[in-house]
Amino acid sequence: MAFLQLKSVGQTYFSKQTATTALEDITLSVSEGEFVSFLGPSGCGKSTLLSIISGLIQPTNGSVSLKNQSITKPHPKIGYMLQQDYLFPWKTIKDNILVGLKLQGCLNDERTAYTLSLMSEIGLYDTLDKYPNELSGGMRQRVALVRTLATNPQILLLDEPFSALDYQTKLKLEDLVSNTLREHGKTAILVTHDIGEAIAMSDRIVLFSTKPGRIFRTFPVTSHLRKRLPFEARQHPDYSVMFQQIWEELEQIEQNDTE
Amino acid sequence: MNKTTPSKTHSDYLLSLRRQTIKVRISQLLIFVLFFSLWQYSSDQKWIDPLLFSSPKKIVALLIHKIADGSIFLHIGMTLTETVIGFLLGTLFGTLLAALIWWFPFLSRVLDPYLVILNAMPKVAIGPILIVALGPNLTSIVAMGILISVIITTIVIYTSFRNVEPNYVKVIRSFGGSKYQCFKEVILPACFPAIISALKVNVGLSWVGVIVGEFLVSKQGLGYLIIYGFQVFNFTLVLMSLLIIALLATLMYQLVEALEKKLIKNRTL
Repeated sequence: MAFLQLKSVGQTYFSKQTATTALEDITLSVSEGEFVSFLGPSGCGKSTLLSIISGLIQPTNGSVSLKNQSITKPHPKIGYMLQQDYLFPWKTIKDNILVGLKLQGCLNDERTAYTLSLMSEIGLYDTLDKYPNELSGGMRQRVALVRTLATNPQILLLDEPFSALDYQTKLKLEDLVSNTLREHGKTAILVTHDIGEAIAMSDRIVLFSTKPGRIFRTFPVTSHLRKRLPFEARQHPDYSVMFQQIWEELEQIEQNDTE
Repeated sequence: MNKTTPSKTHSDYLLSLRRQTIKVRISQLLIFVLFFSLWQYSSDQKWIDPLLFSSPKKIVALLIHKIADGSIFLHIGMTLTETVIGFLLGTLFGTLLAALIWWFPFLSRVLDPYLVILNAMPKVAIGPILIVALGPNLTSIVAMGILISVIITTIVIYTSFRNVEPNYVKVIRSFGGSKYQCFKEVILPACFPAIISALKVNVGLSWVGVIVGEFLVSKQGLGYLIIYGFQVFNFTLVLMSLLIIALLATLMYQLVEALEKKLIKNRTL
């Protein structure tokens, strides 16, 4: 039994003039504890697919199920992390990380203690009483990770969470996120347009083609890379081989596009 | 030596800042003094009609007299009560209406042209109808104060509700938050600055509403004193009331600003 199962998911957007098919016939299964990346050029609908998996939008066709339970609205076992932190500037860091528990009505001492322990795990325990504008971009995205983990989701959806950060911060955060998710045994789906990030972080890479968004190819990441942290994985010889391979596939997608 | 130089230039910088502030304050004081002494002098010299424009001395004398017999406090209290109620309720109703329209997008499309018309219409013109409908009392004057500010408040606050970053709402929704939770946790707190600035605008608008209301019907209040002074040709009374209004309106504005600083101190985005 697959942990997360997508069955021929399709999404069509309507406007007055046109109907645009953003996604077509996406069938995919993710097993528990797996880290899968969605890679593809912009406009391939990978972020839309993430929103569908999270239950924020309903697909026009097909279905999504988590442990055989159909997902039609946001589910407490699914955590979502956006491109930017979107911490609420009017709340303290502590109130920000507890917002999910508060919304789900399960804010108790035990869960608060767990969330605060996550904060010390990522080394930001002393910022609890501060406001988001007092923190750097990297720190804020780390706080956003804690906010997502606070409700103890089984699967994390990461929508280009490092794209707004500078390169150095991004590399450090990749290691931190990878390590944290591995330690807590979380399943994760990462949406990215960064080939290197996808290779360094995931167990499997799903490559998307555009217009309409479809699964083009799937690449399993070698075990050498999988057991390493993202930063170390980037140094491994397998990394450049895989990079080259995916690069060529992406080129081909672009060629198909222009034809 | 290297250590003392930056702190010296810094203290120089602070000094120049302070000098600048002092210059501004002195100029402001100068305008104030010049205005009132010129007024006094030209009234004494009969350059302006003393009956019409009175003079600061006469106004102060009248004010002291009115303070001594206590009558001025009745008038001030009356008008102040009406204005404060008017501007608080105006802002409250405006915000509630904006929330209602935000909640039902259908309603916003339906009401849009009506809001535009109501906003463009001079609300004081409804004054006489209000007085007949609600009676010649405090209620109709407060209603005037509310009416004049409520529509513009609704429009301004609804616009700011709509401009809230949608990804903040997405965060709430991804945790399974309801529409009410989206409103309470994001939309409303994100719009506090807009609500405060509406409050600032409404301070001025409510004074207009209340004074016009008092012009139309009242036996007490600063607006009443103005209209009464006009009827008996006592322009000292008119000008005195006007100066008191200016002072009170400024104080109210300062109060709202202090509230703003307290509420929004941590949110430089």
